[in-house]
Amino acid sequence: MKKVRKIAPLLLTFALTIYLYLNASESAYAMHIMEGFLSPGWSLFWWAVFLPFFVLGLRALVKITKENPELKLMIGMAGAFTFVLSALKLPSVTGSSSHPTGVGLGTVMFGPLPMSVLGSIVLLFQALLLAHGGLTTLGANAFSMAVAGPFVGYFMYKLLMNTTGQQKIAIFAAAMFADLSTYVVTSLQLSLAFPSETGGILASFAKFGSIFALTQIPLAISEGLLTVLVWNWLQKYNTEELSLLNRKMKGAIRS
Amino acid sequence: MKIGMKNALLLLAVILLALLPLLLINAEFGGADGAAEEAILEIDPTYEPWFNALTELPSETESMLFALQAALGAGVVGYTFGRLKGKSTQAKTQ
Repeated sequence: MKKVRKIAPLLLTFALTIYLYLNASESAYAMHIMEGFLSPGWSLFWWAVFLPFFVLGLRALVKITKENPELKLMIGMAGAFTFVLSALKLPSVTGSSSHPTGVGLGTVMFGPLPMSVLGSIVLLFQALLLAHGGLTTLGANAFSMAVAGPFVGYFMYKLLMNTTGQQKIAIFAAAMFADLSTYVVTSLQLSLAFPSETGGILASFAKFGSIFALTQIPLAISEGLLTVLVWNWLQKYNTEELSLLNRKMKGAIRS
Repeated sequence: MKIGMKNALLLLAVILLALLPLLLINAEFGGADGAAEEAILEIDPTYEPWFNALTELPSETESMLFALQAALGAGVVGYTFGRLKGKSTQAKTQ
């Protein structure tokens, strides 16, 4: 059994790569919606949807740091992990590159709300300095990566903790699905803004979605594995921070 | 299995996930912002972006900033683990 668990990820990786290699080949798209590519109306709409979550996220962060100042370090690390992962432009099976999001770790630690702040800081950095994403589309991009992703990840974590009780698997799934769902939401946002003449929103969604999802699958798996890696380290030092997280936070339950 | 071993395997899987597409697929692997524009223009040929990015940086500067982003993040992650490790060894020796 132990051996199987060792080899499983490698085999899975290999099988998937072969499968996608045989099926691949369409050009794919970057993670964020570029500056100016959502009409003013849609830009405003997504800003309006995102802002309440941002405010709630700020409140959650203030509450955490007030009640447990010693968790500041962990909040910093969750944010830093997002910085690192979203700077890694990885080659994917569709023959183009994209990057993971890194929001899964913080979601598992603190619940989904604080990530709305940490994730959007990264997006702001990239929009301002890297012309990656954009300010007009920041609301839409922040909603997909810093709100929808973490919420889906959190839900997956809870679901798997309650059904299997295997924390590592739950963390892997949380990170992986947070990453994938970010992409699905991005596709949805684009298809709402650009419904195709012939098939409407659905046809556009099929178009954006199939490409996005394909590109992101191996990256989502990578993100899941890297998040588990960091979690292994955290457990190794089994510090009071971790037990604090387990006791107080909405994220992690009993390690 | 030791944690170090486990993590080495995880890292290997991540590296393979990135490496295999490079080896098996013959493609540009461009960052695909341009392709997204194409798809949008296919659907709506008349669309004009109504706002332009504030900065148009040379690609070298851009890769420097990406490196900076990763470095900042990695620095904080490293610092955190250093502190956690220090704390846990202290707790053990007491």
